[in-house]
Amino acid sequence: MSAPAGSPHPAASARIPPKFGGAAASGAAAPAGPAPAPHQQNGPAQNQMQVPSGYGLHHQNYIAPSGHYSQGPGKMTSLPLDTQCGDYYSALYTVPTQNVTVNTVNQQPGAQQMYSRGPPAPHIVGSTLGSFQGAASSASHLHTSASQPYSSFVNHYNSPAMYSANSSVASQGFPSTCGHYAMSTVSNAAYPSVSYPSLPAGDTYGQMFTSQSAPTIRPVKDNSFSGQNTAISHPLPLPPPPSQQHQQQQSLSGYNTLTWSAPGLPSTQDNLIRNHTGSLAVANNNPTITDSLSCPVMQNVHPPKSSPVVSTVLSGSSSTRTPPTANHPVEPVTSVTQPSELLQQKGVDSSSTTSSASPMPNSYDALEGGSYPDMLSSSASSPAPDPAPEPDPASASAPASAAAPVIPQPSKMAKPFGYGYPTLQPGYQNATAPLTSGVQPSNPVYSGFQQYPQYPGVNQLSSSLGGLSLQSSPQPESLRPVNLTQERNILPMTPVWAPVPNLNADLKKLNCSPDSFRCTLTNIPQTQALLNKAKLPLGLLLHPFRDLTQLPVITSNTIVRCRSCRTYINPFVSFIDQRRWKCNLCYRVNDVPEEFMYNPLTRSYGEPHKRPEVQNSTVEFIASSDYMLRPPQPAVYLFVLDVSHNAVEAGYLTILCQSLLENLDKLPGDSRTRIGFMTFDSTIHFYNLQEGLSQPQMLIVSDIDDVFLPTPDSLLVNLYESKELIKDLLNALPNMFTNTRETHSALGPALQAAFKLMSPTGGRVSVFQTQLPSLGAGLLQSREDPNQRSSTKVVQHLGPATDFYKKLALDCSGQQTAVDLFLLSSQYSDLASLACMSKYSAGCIYYYPSFHYTHNPSQAEKLQKDLKRYLTRKIGFEAVMRIRCTKGLSMHTFHGNFFVRSTDLLSLANINPDAGFAVQLSIEESLTDTSLVCFQTALLYTSSKGERRIRVHTLCLPVVSSLADVYAGVDVQAAICLLANMAVDRSISSSLSDARDALVNAVVDSLSAYGSTVSNLQHSALMAPSSLKLFPLYVLALLKQKAFRTGTSTRLDDRVYAMCQIKSQPLVHLMRMIHPNLYRIDRLTDEGAIHVNDRVVPQPPLQKLSAEKLTREGAFLMDCGSVFYIWVGKGCDNNFIEDVLGYPNFASIPQKMTHLPELDTLSSERARSFITWLRDSRPLSPILHIVKDESPAKAEFFQHLIEDRTEAAFSYYEFLLHVQQQICK
Amino acid sequence: MAFTFAAFCYMLALLLTAALIFFAIWHLVLPEYLIHAFFCVMFLCAAEWLTLGLNMPLLAYHIWRYMSRPVMSGPGLYDPTTIMNADILAYCQKEGWCKLAFYLLAFFYYLYGMIYVLVSS
Repeated sequence: MSAPAGSPHPAASARIPPKFGGAAASGAAAPAGPAPAPHQQNGPAQNQMQVPSGYGLHHQNYIAPSGHYSQGPGKMTSLPLDTQCGDYYSALYTVPTQNVTVNTVNQQPGAQQMYSRGPPAPHIVGSTLGSFQGAASSASHLHTSASQPYSSFVNHYNSPAMYSANSSVASQGFPSTCGHYAMSTVSNAAYPSVSYPSLPAGDTYGQMFTSQSAPTIRPVKDNSFSGQNTAISHPLPLPPPPSQQHQQQQSLSGYNTLTWSAPGLPSTQDNLIRNHTGSLAVANNNPTITDSLSCPVMQNVHPPKSSPVVSTVLSGSSSTRTPPTANHPVEPVTSVTQPSELLQQKGVDSSSTTSSASPMPNSYDALEGGSYPDMLSSSASSPAPDPAPEPDPASASAPASAAAPVIPQPSKMAKPFGYGYPTLQPGYQNATAPLTSGVQPSNPVYSGFQQYPQYPGVNQLSSSLGGLSLQSSPQPESLRPVNLTQERNILPMTPVWAPVPNLNADLKKLNCSPDSFRCTLTNIPQTQALLNKAKLPLGLLLHPFRDLTQLPVITSNTIVRCRSCRTYINPFVSFIDQRRWKCNLCYRVNDVPEEFMYNPLTRSYGEPHKRPEVQNSTVEFIASSDYMLRPPQPAVYLFVLDVSHNAVEAGYLTILCQSLLENLDKLPGDSRTRIGFMTFDSTIHFYNLQEGLSQPQMLIVSDIDDVFLPTPDSLLVNLYESKELIKDLLNALPNMFTNTRETHSALGPALQAAFKLMSPTGGRVSVFQTQLPSLGAGLLQSREDPNQRSSTKVVQHLGPATDFYKKLALDCSGQQTAVDLFLLSSQYSDLASLACMSKYSAGCIYYYPSFHYTHNPSQAEKLQKDLKRYLTRKIGFEAVMRIRCTKGLSMHTFHGNFFVRSTDLLSLANINPDAGFAVQLSIEESLTDTSLVCFQTALLYTSSKGERRIRVHTLCLPVVSSLADVYAGVDVQAAICLLANMAVDRSISSSLSDARDALVNAVVDSLSAYGSTVSNLQHSALMAPSSLKLFPLYVLALLKQKAFRTGTSTRLDDRVYAMCQIKSQPLVHLMRMIHPNLYRIDRLTDEGAIHVNDRVVPQPPLQKLSAEKLTREGAFLMDCGSVFYIWVGKGCDNNFIEDVLGYPNFASIPQKMTHLPELDTLSSERARSFITWLRDSRPLSPILHIVKDESPAKAEFFQHLIEDRTEAAFSYYEFLLHVQQQICK
Repeated sequence: MAFTFAAFCYMLALLLTAALIFFAIWHLVLPEYLIHAFFCVMFLCAAEWLTLGLNMPLLAYHIWRYMSRPVMSGPGLYDPTTIMNADILAYCQKEGWCKLAFYLLAFFYYLYGMIYVLVSS
């Protein structure tokens, strides 16, 4: 790299969260060069954004979660965004060309407005090039003053939604420039406000700035969109709701509201970024852009370096107007944009992308919100179910407490930049840590086990020691013994959140979100012997590709990794000095590369510990070509459709084709996206969609024993070039086979053909199958004996009957092809065998039993909604995932859909946001010499836009040496999910009854181990630590789950499907499947309600799953994950029936009812908003069944009441007695 | 001293066991099983009951192992989708080491057996 590390400074901006003490921040920022003059004017706005000190940022991040609910408005914005993302895209495509002239016109007004908002004055004064405001205190002043301008920014950000709405406006790209300009200028201005004490440095930096400003510009472009939005949509940009501004300010980081507003943006960024890299030429011809994506971006691309910047600075207000000129490459681009700032504003974490110092234009990158526009981000972004809002008082107080520990640090940080590293992470240095913690002993937040603030002092101490437990302290709440047989209401009224690891506050803040990464034991036992004593499963639950509302994306020339174990640098490494860091997994000491020394956030040099990589435990890197074996593949989709008589009869083709037509433009992908179709019955039909044909051409191959591709080149076609043909085909398909008499299904040969078709590129194959394959390779026989469905003894045929599908899947996996199976079958179709095609190729499986488009409308609707999600969600291609953990731990078994290529490398042909994984761990060497262990997942994938990316999650957990601490840290939900995965394996490899016994033994062993070692109370009672009190209940729920139940009639396919889901669902969804939530909904009140998206969502308390809670006078909602039941009691209040269900009385409610009518009553509104809120929280749309008390369907409902006794299974109390009996034996 | 059939069997077994030692290390499963079964049959024909008896447990294990292999259409023992699970991998490795030890001992036993047969007859 030619550019010195220092050079990037100008580009990078850091934002200062308004809340924080400015002093620390300013001090940190000091080393950064003085801003070029031009920046100064807009300065105020930026200042806020610049928070140099990493600590401060974190704060913010973590605070946010607790505030979640309150921050409703942000969320509100998010929802519209999601829906509109699609629009945005389509708009882009449809309106590719833009007139330059138009742009300029638009831009100017917009820019002016923007400018006017930001009160530049105060800052300008200080901001001249040479001048530095030395005092840290001044920074704080700035903050306050700056708040106003900042808010204006907020507007921009929020605005995207509006923009997208208006997306049809023709000239998007250009107006954006003006917006972007405004933004950029603002950011520049921000500069001055941050005071730089060090004069000498300043000069040089300033110069550097101007020269380097050019490269930075790119990121700006991204923002430009948002800016543009405002300009277009609001003639009067100003009126941002104050609340929003507020949020934005607060939320600078990680988990805050910004994220909500962001989703629309990231996508645009993506596009933009890409374009930049690719196309200088394109930029010039804005008007002609055929590639719709590229157009908006282009203008900024050619910033002439250096000189222009200065001029803008001077011009002050006028500078904002300059943007129009920017469109033309010829003119020097005036604004120096600082990418990082922009990014941040979007709600990206404090860490923005930091680019390496390289002057090349590409080096900078915008942060990506993490969500592609096309995905239904609603599920992810929808606030509702997320555990983020923590009910616990302790967590609420967290912000305050979090602030406390920082106190000692600011002073350190404030020291000018030569200052050494020592401050880095107090947690790491055991010696220092206690000190810091000791300073604020009273702080409740730190109590060892987070939920329970009672024993703050001691626990805090212990936590500061890195988890070494001090047993002298009173027991933490999670260890409080609970007498299970005495406790009648074991289920808490509110949802169960993941326990927070007992770390010190700084590490806690940095730790990975439990949504993505959870461990069954949040206190890792020191030795395998200790783990064996505890009799609890140790493992990780992963949801690595979850839809994130915001995610720091990092582009830099070198991705910093440990030289020996290849771990990515993460927040839990320790810096030995300024130049060296110590890997937290293998303890090797590595050098800090020169590029890493510069922190673009703070524009400071020599503070690698403040880089976003070290400030965020979830980051995404843009990978270089070192991470590619071949050029990134395009998105390729192949649909393999069953068109036998059975399939036509079921009528799924209509729904599929309709969904495809609707979502064709939203399929994730870039201009290279390819798509193809195959249908099969007893023969295989290919469709030639080559551009230039007047209509799709059907090619029939009847030689199914030796399948060949009739015209290999024209079967997978470019989506955009052949769109008309594709649409023709989709319109024609549903009616093409209406009179077919062919009942056979040659699925195997069709899959072989699909494999041949896909193998050159890789991609995704979606298979729709409606019956047992009966011809050619891979044919299957019916293995199910209906009489055995309710057998209590042996359940056979859980494994595959043939390895054809497995081998095929492995072949596909080798060619980076994933096979997704949609099974829509009314009879047995041997899912156990068919599922293999998806299991080992990292596909996913959907099953719609007894699907029929008219007879079973609720299934049809579900298919439709699932397809929408399926087609539009984010997708990663040719992915591999590697999980690393601290030396001494090792992984042994993986669960999920993938192929294990080596002991820690999972090969995933495709990765989708709904895939979860589980890993079992063992402790190979004693961990006595460490107090913390870390786990890191790195997911390397090709995005649908053809970018190679690496998503890295890092989780840090304390090590403990006493059994009591191990019990105190149990994450019971994670443990149950891991057990469920293990039980599935066991039932396939051994037998179902073995698996059931193992589940019961898991409870018996762990409780008896607890009873005999930890609790010294009377042994007659069945005692459990509070952290494990739900363990028996959940295990009982598992035993009554479709996958594992016996004695109740269960179709083999249903059972196998439940097992597939257990293996591949992420924890949140799996938990609902295992243990449904029951709410009483006939008396919803606003008490404790939360605000989401302008609606009030009531939060009724959870009821335990027992008929004892059902009263005839009530109505209850049961949330089983993929199904909702509303049970209406016989004596239910007529008001409720009338207001919510829309019928005069109980008798008139129909037997089959699957929708709540939209009635204009308060109770109806509440019920609907509650159900919608629940629905938004999951990727697959659940079906709603309204069950009358006396209808036959109520059996379905009652089988989920797992605390009750059935003919074949224990009630909860009986189960407890059984466990107790086993323990006493 | 005569070169009997039994001596021939021992000599053959000696050579083949040398090969087996490598197969056990490299997990060439099918050749290993076949070779082992082959000289078991040879010993049966040669009426070397003691030697046969010593080999019977391993033969039985091989048969059991192959009968209970995962579902697959081709020959083979290891399922590519599960072999990388650490517990299965560890099991297979341990199995390999045990067999290696067994074959090494067997090698010297056959050497002894061959010389004994040659000398005694």
